[in-house]
Amino acid sequence: MIEARGLTKRYGPAVAVDGLTFDVMPGRVTGFLGPNGAGKSTTMRLIIGLDAPTAGTVTVGGRPYAALRRPLFEVGAMLESAAVHPGRSARGHLLALAQANGIGRRRVDEVLGLAGLDAVARRRAGTFSLGMTQRLGIAAALLGDPGMLLLDEPVNGLDPEGVAWIRTLLRSLASEGRTVFVSSHLMTEMAQTADHLVIIGRGRLIADTSMEALVRTSSAGWVQVRSPSTGRLAELLREHGATAETRTGGALAVHGVGVADVGELAARHGIALHELVARQASLEEAFMELTRDAVDYQPHMTSP
Amino acid sequence: MKGGPSVATTTPPAPARPALARPERFRPLGLDLAHSEWTKLRTVRSTYWTLLVTAAGMVAFGALLTAAYVRHYGSAGPAARAAFDPAGYSLSGFFLAQLAVGVLGVVAMTSEYQTGSIRATFAAAPQRPMVLAAKAAVFGVVAAVTGILSSAAAFFTGQAILSAKGIQAHIGDPGVLRSVIGAGLYLAVLGLLALGLGTLIRRTAGAIAAVVGVILILPVLMQGLPSSWQNAVTRYLPSAAGQAIIGRTKFAPPGHLLAPWAGFAVFCGYAAAALTAAAVMLGRRDA
Repeated sequence: MIEARGLTKRYGPAVAVDGLTFDVMPGRVTGFLGPNGAGKSTTMRLIIGLDAPTAGTVTVGGRPYAALRRPLFEVGAMLESAAVHPGRSARGHLLALAQANGIGRRRVDEVLGLAGLDAVARRRAGTFSLGMTQRLGIAAALLGDPGMLLLDEPVNGLDPEGVAWIRTLLRSLASEGRTVFVSSHLMTEMAQTADHLVIIGRGRLIADTSMEALVRTSSAGWVQVRSPSTGRLAELLREHGATAETRTGGALAVHGVGVADVGELAARHGIALHELVARQASLEEAFMELTRDAVDYQPHMTSP
Repeated sequence: MKGGPSVATTTPPAPARPALARPERFRPLGLDLAHSEWTKLRTVRSTYWTLLVTAAGMVAFGALLTAAYVRHYGSAGPAARAAFDPAGYSLSGFFLAQLAVGVLGVVAMTSEYQTGSIRATFAAAPQRPMVLAAKAAVFGVVAAVTGILSSAAAFFTGQAILSAKGIQAHIGDPGVLRSVIGAGLYLAVLGLLALGLGTLIRRTAGAIAAVVGVILILPVLMQGLPSSWQNAVTRYLPSAAGQAIIGRTKFAPPGHLLAPWAGFAVFCGYAAAALTAAAVMLGRRDA
């Protein structure tokens, strides 16, 4: 379990993370969503103690990361962009990390296999494609067989096969009771993987919701109507407790009643309809709606 | 999972929960970190190149300078002949070797920052000062062993060249063994000073410039001082203080040096100060 309480990070005048409070629970995949520059990577760095928070606290399994003696057994982290020396082989990189926690060579070979890297284990990491580098990052995160996993944009640069592989891996890790925290700026990506979402924008918490609840609210939907007598129809709809607003192009957006209700109402009053469509907000739209205010401005977060 | 991506869509065989054994609770963390640093050092090529240049500089450059001295021996006055230190002079190759070992010390840390691997390092070991200590210990031993071996090789090569004029020293002569081991130790401690500066500065180019500035430029700047101060100040500089243990090399500044071990102690003080400052800053700055 990861607990953030009022987590705040400022770089000079720019606020990268602003009073974040959330829990990441075990046994499910928690998506960490936000537009680029929302503060996701900074939050990840704060969780594993690479950066110190300006205010607030964050703990992993009840303790600050820096207090962990051999942290790879508790938390596996894959950070954005390769944290690997390009001149070192994949195996050498993993071995050095493993040894720092007293983990043996056999486990290094195991995670190389898990990540599908055994064929390139001796190649220098600088020659790796982005996808292979991501796999190396995931292999490193799995080294200590940890109960908590933090992955920053793991599907970046992966081919469709790799994306499917990550999804399956994350789901199976969560089903084993582990805490899985994955960041992404793509709702579509999370929709297929996450059970729960923590959504941030401009460093602030926007939503902390189950995927189910988000789907429910976003699929409430609305009705789009076109008619030569839009004004009259809108009036009638409002009398029946619906909201109706005119969109650009002359269509009416109707909320609060079903598509059949609108049709029948129009028929009863002899109003001609040119178009009558049931609309559903996609998760992507729901996400964009939530974060719309948060993308106007991007904090400067160049790490020192 | 053999074959990698081709079976990517099957359920990955995630490790079973109780599989991985943790190390003994009381096993010293420092040993693990040193083990890790040793692996890091031996798995990049630049380590071997810089160590090779260190050894080659020590032996080949030393031999070159010694041979040149022998060629001009006839024109040297009696005072110069009396002040000649055959052991120290044969170890003058330290002048080149120190640059290579300084680069290795700097890069041992700056490469981690410039490639981003420092994040993986600190994620695996949040005990940052201990990571630096482990790095310093491993690097220090490697540099000292390389330094002493190449210093010994330079000494014997140099004495063979000096024997043409019958002015060679023997390893058993007073102070000679100290010179030979001292040159190796000088290189190792210089590397540690460079590691400290590299950790403070984080950028390879800037840190190498700082090492060159401290070791090579600072003594030259001192020449701008009034001559009465010059000698008093110069011998306490890291370069002159540290090199006192080697003896009178070709590059020894004029005037009195500190006593060999006293000078070396001063030099170790500089390195310790740089590493201590680096350890403190590591804890304070974001990675």
